[in-house]
Amino acid sequence: MITGKELREKYIRNQPTAFCPGCGDGMVLNSMSRAVESLGILRKDIVAVSGIGCAAWVVSPYWRVDTLHTTHGRAIPHAIGVKVGNKDLNVVVVSGDGDCVGIGGNHLIHACRNNIDLTVIMINNGLYAMTGGQVAPTTEYGERTITTPYGNPSHGMDVTKIVKAAGASHVSRWTTYHMRELTKEVKYALRKKGLSFIEVLTQCPTRTGKKDRLSGLDMLQWYKENTSKTPEEGKITVGRFVDIDRPELADEIYGQITASGGTPR
Amino acid sequence: MRAPGVYFQEGNIACAEGAMAAGLGLFAGYPITPASEIMHHLARALPKTGGRFIQMEDEIASMAAITGASWTGLKSMTATSGPGFSLMTENLGFAYMTETPCVIVNVQRAGPSTGQATKPGTGDVMQARFGSHGDYEMIALSPNSVQEMFDFTVKSFNFAEKYRTPVVLLADAGIGHIREKFTIPEKIDLVERKRPLTDDKEFFHSDAEDHVPPMPAFGDGRELLVTGSTHRGNGTRDTAGYETQDRLVRRLKAKIDDNRNDIIEWEEDEVDDAELVVVSYGSMSRPARGAVSKARQSGLKVGFFRPKVIWPSPEKRLRDIGTNSKILLAELSLRGYRMEVERCVGSENMHVYDRLNSLPTIDRIYRCIKEVMK
Repeated sequence: MITGKELREKYIRNQPTAFCPGCGDGMVLNSMSRAVESLGILRKDIVAVSGIGCAAWVVSPYWRVDTLHTTHGRAIPHAIGVKVGNKDLNVVVVSGDGDCVGIGGNHLIHACRNNIDLTVIMINNGLYAMTGGQVAPTTEYGERTITTPYGNPSHGMDVTKIVKAAGASHVSRWTTYHMRELTKEVKYALRKKGLSFIEVLTQCPTRTGKKDRLSGLDMLQWYKENTSKTPEEGKITVGRFVDIDRPELADEIYGQITASGGTPR
Repeated sequence: MRAPGVYFQEGNIACAEGAMAAGLGLFAGYPITPASEIMHHLARALPKTGGRFIQMEDEIASMAAITGASWTGLKSMTATSGPGFSLMTENLGFAYMTETPCVIVNVQRAGPSTGQATKPGTGDVMQARFGSHGDYEMIALSPNSVQEMFDFTVKSFNFAEKYRTPVVLLADAGIGHIREKFTIPEKIDLVERKRPLTDDKEFFHSDAEDHVPPMPAFGDGRELLVTGSTHRGNGTRDTAGYETQDRLVRRLKAKIDDNRNDIIEWEEDEVDDAELVVVSYGSMSRPARGAVSKARQSGLKVGFFRPKVIWPSPEKRLRDIGTNSKILLAELSLRGYRMEVERCVGSENMHVYDRLNSLPTIDRIYRCIKEVMK
């Protein structure tokens, strides 16, 4: 069994991180690292792709694997190029909610439709944190943010339903309170063929916390009290929502190359 | 992929064949007139050569996918027209900043906006050079025949690999859709990207004369940091430092600037004694060339100049020509190459024949030559 210190030395570079005190991003990084360690996947066989925002920093620069830190919202199509380019690589996308489903929403939907073998981890803090706490597509109706000072006139959306409808093979939601479950889920996602989508509800003590006068710990407590593993009125459901098998894009493309008489370069 | 030999085909097909001859490993694209034939041909032919073909959800994703694929060690390409190129400029900047070799074909049509999808234009010349944000340099080639669609596609890949940078093949609907004879040669010279040695640690800085660092691939076990943020030689981000920004942005520019003499290419004819030199490129250069011949036959001292590589521009040669002769720029747009030619030869010396929508007859340009020489 690897110790916490050993895990950190092996998987994380540039310590300490730039994350705010109480931020959940480091917890997700911890979970991802533990999942890879327990599966015995070599770091050289992992490519982590990210876009713009706090969540993008989880892998770039902090995760000690090959990283591609791309433009805002475009992590997924870059990752598709990597996966189709070399399907032996384990390709992981870490993206914030604004990055993944705001500016990058169309790419997410089509990646699910293609069922490309990516592990997409969407760290959802319910707003745009890095740029100052603006309203996001995941912000609840009525919430006050710096760009909705009179309350959010729009509605937040449940991304797990969208990716399910779009055809992802594996869809789940956890929170940073559920570290053990999250680690297991990342392990499962890395092994699962096709698009795996994990939403991780994550506290942002700097933006949400300051506004609501909550610490990171207060918010973890909130996740504990307001989530449920079975659907329950007034609570956020966590758990695995989809686990199906469908043909996967990279396999299909390589299969067609072979069937047409070619050998993948 | 066709065997070496002589073929009768349209320009877009020759482009697709050129890409496969160059060793295309992944094509990602989105349908658009007048470029779609490139992807139609590759969808069928590329898998047989071992290359991967994907149709993406839009041009933003297409540009992203070819960038990602290039980091797995493959040669990659996309093809589009103006409206799609507009969407690609975001990730084109990313490919430039991360020094990712790839080829972007823009078969230009009449713009702005949706414009006229089936009609040729060259209104994207400035966009090819300046379309993405920030300070950068771009290599762009301008073919004027089906043969050059083949040859310049190969050349685009060679420049991309040699200088570790995205390259734009700036064709137009006239060249993309014309059918004529072209030859796939027996021997094609290919350039492959510089790969790092085992001990190399810097993949984003080079003190070599060509300023080009070696490029590893994902999976090599080098824990690569590839980022569009300003970065040091080892890839680590420096979001605020003066020196890192200055060194990186200047080196990327120098990669193209200092290697300009290796990159630029033009053809010229009867320029030395000419009182007027017609400058033209792309499909317009064909009737322009005809008009120059006609003018010569009728005793007028007219020369012809055609940039084959449009960016970086053949600045010095244009300047020299402009010192001794009047210039008539003939182009299929109002603002295509005009500002650049004017910058080189001066506005007093410069005349323009511009046309929109379709190619003129030789006579139209000939009449313009006579008018200017009066």
